[in-house]
This record gives sequence, C-alpha cells and structure tokens, in this order.
Amino acid sequence: MNKKEQLVNILRQDARLANKQIAAMMSISEQEVAKLISELEESGLIIGYTAIINEEEFDRNSVTAYIEVRVSPEVNCGYDDVAAVIAQYPEVSSVYLMSGGYDLAVTIKGTNLRDVAMFVTDRLAPLDGVLSTTTHFILHRYKEKDKMFLRDTDERGLVSP
Amino acid sequence: MDYENILSKKVQELEFSGIRKFFDIAATVKDVISLSVGEPDFKTPWAIRKEAIRTLEKGKTTYTANSGLEQLRVALSDYLLDRIKIKYDPYHQIIVTVGGSEAIDLAVRALVDNGDEVLIPQPSFVCYAPIVKLANGVAVPIETKAEDGFKLTPEALKAHITPKTKALVLPYPNNPTGAVMRRTDLEAIAEVLRDTNIMIISDEIYSELTYGSEPHVSIAQIDGMQERTVVINGFSKAFSMTGWRLGFVAAPAPVITQMLKIHQYAIMCSPTMSQYAAVVALTECKKDIEYMKNEYDIRRKLIVKGFNELGLECFEPEGAFYIFPSIKSTGLTSQEFCERLIKSHKVAVVPGDAFGKSGEGYIRVSYAYSLNHITTALGRIEEFLKDIKQ
Repeated sequence: MNKKEQLVNILRQDARLANKQIAAMMSISEQEVAKLISELEESGLIIGYTAIINEEEFDRNSVTAYIEVRVSPEVNCGYDDVAAVIAQYPEVSSVYLMSGGYDLAVTIKGTNLRDVAMFVTDRLAPLDGVLSTTTHFILHRYKEKDKMFLRDTDERGLVSP
Repeated sequence: MDYENILSKKVQELEFSGIRKFFDIAATVKDVISLSVGEPDFKTPWAIRKEAIRTLEKGKTTYTANSGLEQLRVALSDYLLDRIKIKYDPYHQIIVTVGGSEAIDLAVRALVDNGDEVLIPQPSFVCYAPIVKLANGVAVPIETKAEDGFKLTPEALKAHITPKTKALVLPYPNNPTGAVMRRTDLEAIAEVLRDTNIMIISDEIYSELTYGSEPHVSIAQIDGMQERTVVINGFSKAFSMTGWRLGFVAAPAPVITQMLKIHQYAIMCSPTMSQYAAVVALTECKKDIEYMKNEYDIRRKLIVKGFNELGLECFEPEGAFYIFPSIKSTGLTSQEFCERLIKSHKVAVVPGDAFGKSGEGYIRVSYAYSLNHITTALGRIEEFLKDIKQ
C-alpha cells in the first residue's frame, strides 16, 4: 500500500484524527501528513468531510427518501445535465447514475413527509427529461459509510491471557 | 469431605495466573475501559464462519481422525511451506490441536520426565511453567531484559543450561512484550543448542503479527534446528478465531507419534466444525490476515508514541498486539499502578509481573481495540499520571 492509500484508509475510518496521530500511525512527519492531505483535497480525491448522523434520532420527524428516476438521455451530454440540475437542490444528498432498471438514484432528506412529497411532485417529476420517479422511504438505518448504527457489544472479557 | 487431603498436592500448589487475579479486581469496578485482553477485536472473517455454518447444515458432526481432518493437515503442510519454508509431512508430522495451548501441553508431556528442566524465557505467557510442573518437570525461568528488547540472548541461555535441561520454550513473537526474534537472533540461539540434546518448543502463535519488512522466521528454519524443534501455532490470533479452539503442531515424526498418543487419549480430536472452517481460513483468507495485520500495525505505532509521550517509556514492539511500557518512573509497583489506575481512572491494564518476576516495573497494554477506544484510554492514563504526580 502506498502512502496515499494508507492515509485514505485511515481517514475513512476516522476523519477527525489529528495530523499528529496520523503521523504516528504512518511513521511519517506531521508536515508530510498535512502535505498529503492537501494534495488529496486539491486533486479532488477528497471532496469533503462530514459526520454520519443518526438522522431519525436527531429529528424524529425527518424523512429520508431514496428515489429511482428514469430519464431520457440528451444528445451530447447524456445524463449529466439533468443529474447536475437535480444535484444542486439542497434537499438532495446524493445522486448516482445507475445500471439496471432506472437511471438515477437520488437520495433526499426532508424535515417531514410532506416536504419530500412536494419535492418529488413539484421539483423532480416536472423536470425536462424525467420520465418517471419511484419513491422509497427509509424506515431504519443499520449501517452507513462502514459504520454500524447498532452498537456492537464487545463480548470479550475485561482481562484475558 | 476433606478436600485438601483428597485433591492432588501438585495441583493445589499451583496458583491461579496473575491475569486471572487481576480480572477479579477489574470485575468489581464499573464502566472500565479495558486495554487488557489477549484476543483480537475483529470478528472471524465471514468466509470462515460461513463454512462452519455449511458444515453444520450438511450434518458433518462426527469425530475426525485423531490427528485432524486430512484436508486440513494437507492445507497446514502447504501453509507451513509457504510461511516458514519447511515441508512437513501431513500424515506423520502434523497434529491439529485444541488451540495452541493443547499443543504446548502435548509437547511438554511428550518430552518431560520427572525432574527434567524446561527453560522458559520471561516475561512470557502464563501457561508454560504450570504445564511443566504438572508434567513433574522443573520450570527454569530465564529473565529477559528491556535493554535487549526482551529477546533471549545466547549468554542468558548458556547460563541456564544444566545436564538436566530437556527443552527450551521459545515464545516469540512474545506475549506480553511484543518482542520478536529475528533470523540473526535465532542463529545465535541455534549456535548454543547445536551440539546438545535440548529440544525447542517454539510457540509461534503470533507469527502472522510480525511487523516491519522482514517476515516471521521460525527457529526450525535455522540450520540443524528442525530435528529438535516442535513448532506450535494456531488460528486464534492470526485468523481471529479464539473461540473456535483450534491450533496445530508440526514436529519430527518420532515426536509427533508420542504426542498423538496423549492427544488421542485426552482429546480424541479437535472440534470438527472448526476444522472444516479452518481449511477455508488457510486457503481463502490471506487478504483478511493482511488487512488485520495492517490495522494492528497502525494502532501499534499510535499507542507506542502515545505512551512514550506520556513518559512511560516503551521499547518498540515488533510483534503480537501488546506493548510493554515501563512504569518505573512513577515509583509504583506494577500491581499498585494497575490497581490505582483501574480504581481511580477506570482503565484496565495487566501488571507485568503476572508474566514472570522480570515483568515487575512494566505493564502489558493490548492494542486489540479500535482507535477511538485507544485514544480515550490514553487520555485517561494521562490524567491518572498527572494525579499521581501531585
């Protein structure tokens, strides 16, 4: 594994580690860590850092929906234009182009059910090129970005040989 | 019943291990963060678990051959050839055991007669001396020192050899110190043993967790040593399979023959489901081992730096998943340090003297924990050190 891969793996596990800690873990200097991180950021390999929130615990009314969108591709730019339009709405947290039975997978987050419904009917469905939408609501989160929402209990004894 | 007179004197004289005693103390304190366990925090890789489930579904619940499933012994033979470059005959030179612990017991019982001396470098795992005593042998500790990186030196070895010396236990990579014997270190030991009849019980249970660019070397690989070496290893640490109770031993055929008799009468065979699953571990899980090793390595570097910065000096461990920092600067004994730490700041670490007298002045800290857990514990230890300075 080269240095960049190693660093990315560490940040994937915990992006809040101090450069000093990462430096110890990789046996390199703090300066080198800072340099590698800024290179990764500038080249667009790392596009940001965020927290994984248990949204429904944080706000009981909040709703996350996963929407399958079928789109008719446009000449020259394919799906990119319509995807870019969808992606710019603040409610939208992810947009992916998919293989299979539909084209775009869109995740949106609303403060309540009505918000989400309005977004789909008023904003998403009428867009040029959108042929159909299928909305699925997320009922419960178990795991996201490699992290378990269920607390994994350590079944090992306190002390063992 | 007058149990004291009925129960074996030899067994009654054995003490529970220092680890166990400390566990009893730890169990009385609430909300403890532990850095004390000697087992991996990773779950057994899924492919291995799935194979055990499949075995049960197919109803493969009978005994296996005494020495273990044939396909497992063949896979072990290939694995040993790959890792330590020695071709062991799967039919005459390998036994699948119930953990590395059973293999140690078999080796000692197969070798030791009344009064035979077994040399045991310390600090080391707690089972060697009691097993030797149960076999009516004499356990002879050899102190290893921090300034030697807790390695066994040829001088220390020579100084302890007598006409009664039957065997040397070679517990590297070492629990609790993390010390590793590299090829040149082993060559020096081999030089001392070459013209003797002393056997070597090489406990290599942590072999996969050897850090740095040089891979693990077994003393059996050194010229002339294979004929006198009993290689012991297992699945617990490398494959995160502690609860499966599966280990193995590879040795010259005459030694294996005697060990097999003991195994046959005392154990019959190792758990069948575990054995089938272990075949998958050996043939399909190289990547999982590599992944876990890298994770341990990252934590190792973080925790070593952490302890050194706290002023608890710690030599760089090159194997296993323990560090063995000195607490001499605090003026406390290992026991005092550990008891006060757990009572006032709720962090459990194991006193070094649990692994032999020469462990006094040190503590064993395990890094088989998540990064988050380790950094939290380091924070508490820092507070503790400030408090005891006042």
